[in-house]
Amino acid sequence: MTAKLNISNVYKSFGANNVLADVSLKINAGEVVSFIGASGSGKTTLLRCINLLETIDSGAIHLDDLEITTIGRDPNPIRRRIGIVFQSFNLFPHMTVERNITLALTKVLGKSPDEARAAAATLLNRFGLADKTSAYPDRLSGGQQQRVAIARALALNPEVLLLDEITSALDPELVGEVLDVVRELKGSGITLLLATHEMGFAREISDRVCFLADGTVAEQGEPEQMFTTPRDQRTQQFLQRVINAGRMRG
Amino acid sequence: MPRWDRVQESFFNRERLVDSFPRLLHAFTLDVKIFLWTTPAILVVALLIAIARNTRSPALFPVRLFVIGYTDVMRGVPVILWIYLVGFGVPGVGLERPFNSPLLWGSVALGMTYSAYVAEVFRAGIESVHESQRAAARSLGLSSWQTMRHVVLPQALRRVVPPLMNDLVSLQKDVALVSLIGPIEILRQAGIDKAKFANFTPYVGAAIIFLLVTIPLTRTTDWLLTRERDRTGASKVR
Repeated sequence: MTAKLNISNVYKSFGANNVLADVSLKINAGEVVSFIGASGSGKTTLLRCINLLETIDSGAIHLDDLEITTIGRDPNPIRRRIGIVFQSFNLFPHMTVERNITLALTKVLGKSPDEARAAAATLLNRFGLADKTSAYPDRLSGGQQQRVAIARALALNPEVLLLDEITSALDPELVGEVLDVVRELKGSGITLLLATHEMGFAREISDRVCFLADGTVAEQGEPEQMFTTPRDQRTQQFLQRVINAGRMRG
Repeated sequence: MPRWDRVQESFFNRERLVDSFPRLLHAFTLDVKIFLWTTPAILVVALLIAIARNTRSPALFPVRLFVIGYTDVMRGVPVILWIYLVGFGVPGVGLERPFNSPLLWGSVALGMTYSAYVAEVFRAGIESVHESQRAAARSLGLSSWQTMRHVVLPQALRRVVPPLMNDLVSLQKDVALVSLIGPIEILRQAGIDKAKFANFTPYVGAAIIFLLVTIPLTRTTDWLLTRERDRTGASKVR
């Protein structure tokens, strides 16, 4: 399942800090879009607004033809269609890996425990975590925890998946296994939105890269163009800083 | 200087202890009963108060205001005053048996105060669960009640077991205050025996009986917590 997103003139501020100032973006069904930009440029806030974890100040976000940001709309049916994976995993520490995945299946989708367990088993197999079914999150490596978190979000079969800097809290040697999972998702037709600092990965996986600065989309384009011949001066400066920091080959 | 044999005679008199102990033990069953019927009520009321206080809907503002007022008033007045006021006062307004029992209303007074204290313990636990846990649960489409029920409360309750047990041990002792409005429980029985023989050993006997209950209770809690940590937690730092 997949859906298109239409973000129009979104503003969001925290106090005097205008984190999003007029963000507009059309995202096609099944498209993979990466958001890059300095810390504080609004990548995370934008993703949280799409999942309705933050309420936007003005503007609108449409999922297909449904305006999801209408005031007073029940967010729960929309969140089933838009999954999110967090930087810090946010697994439920008091539940086994399996229960982390089946909780929403049983409580939100109303599946029977057997159905839910079967769905969890399928996902855990797919991500090479079958032997962790009855483990508690604290006993897993960061990479394993993040893969469980992705499985948990995918269990609801969302049309859009938001990945919020999902490798930023991982040791370098664990980043690969998580990115492999994302590569696999790209083929599945799900719409993927990533906020990321992994420039090489953004370049490899994205259909489109958006550079956020000053609360808005400063520049967007195909990955090759964005990383080799960025037009906006702010994009050029940002990428230069990334290269200087040794995070990307020039 | 008092001599040791005088102290021993007055506080640790074997004969007096052996004589009083069965009566004390018998009277103590009333303490246990009061404890057993107030505790579940306290836990339920306290949890409801804590949950009400943690609601976020603007529509529930009056509810929050009410429970804040309740905890402030209950905690701000000494337990003994509530016991006198409710335990003596309410039966005095002309209720019929069995609703005019000081034992009943003394227990209610204990329950009222302790539910306010315990509610604060629950609230601290609920607030200690990181916001990102709620975000994760809500992002999966769980309602705010489902999030509270399945994600926040289970973690919160585990964390508050030690302070909660602290309050329950304290309640177990404060049950003795109900003796001040009539019922013959252990403290009152000890007082009667003390007066009869002009000897303090019955009080020491009562203290021993309290300790026989409270110390194992505390140790069991510690053990439960350690077991829980070993099951879910990462390995211990040396």
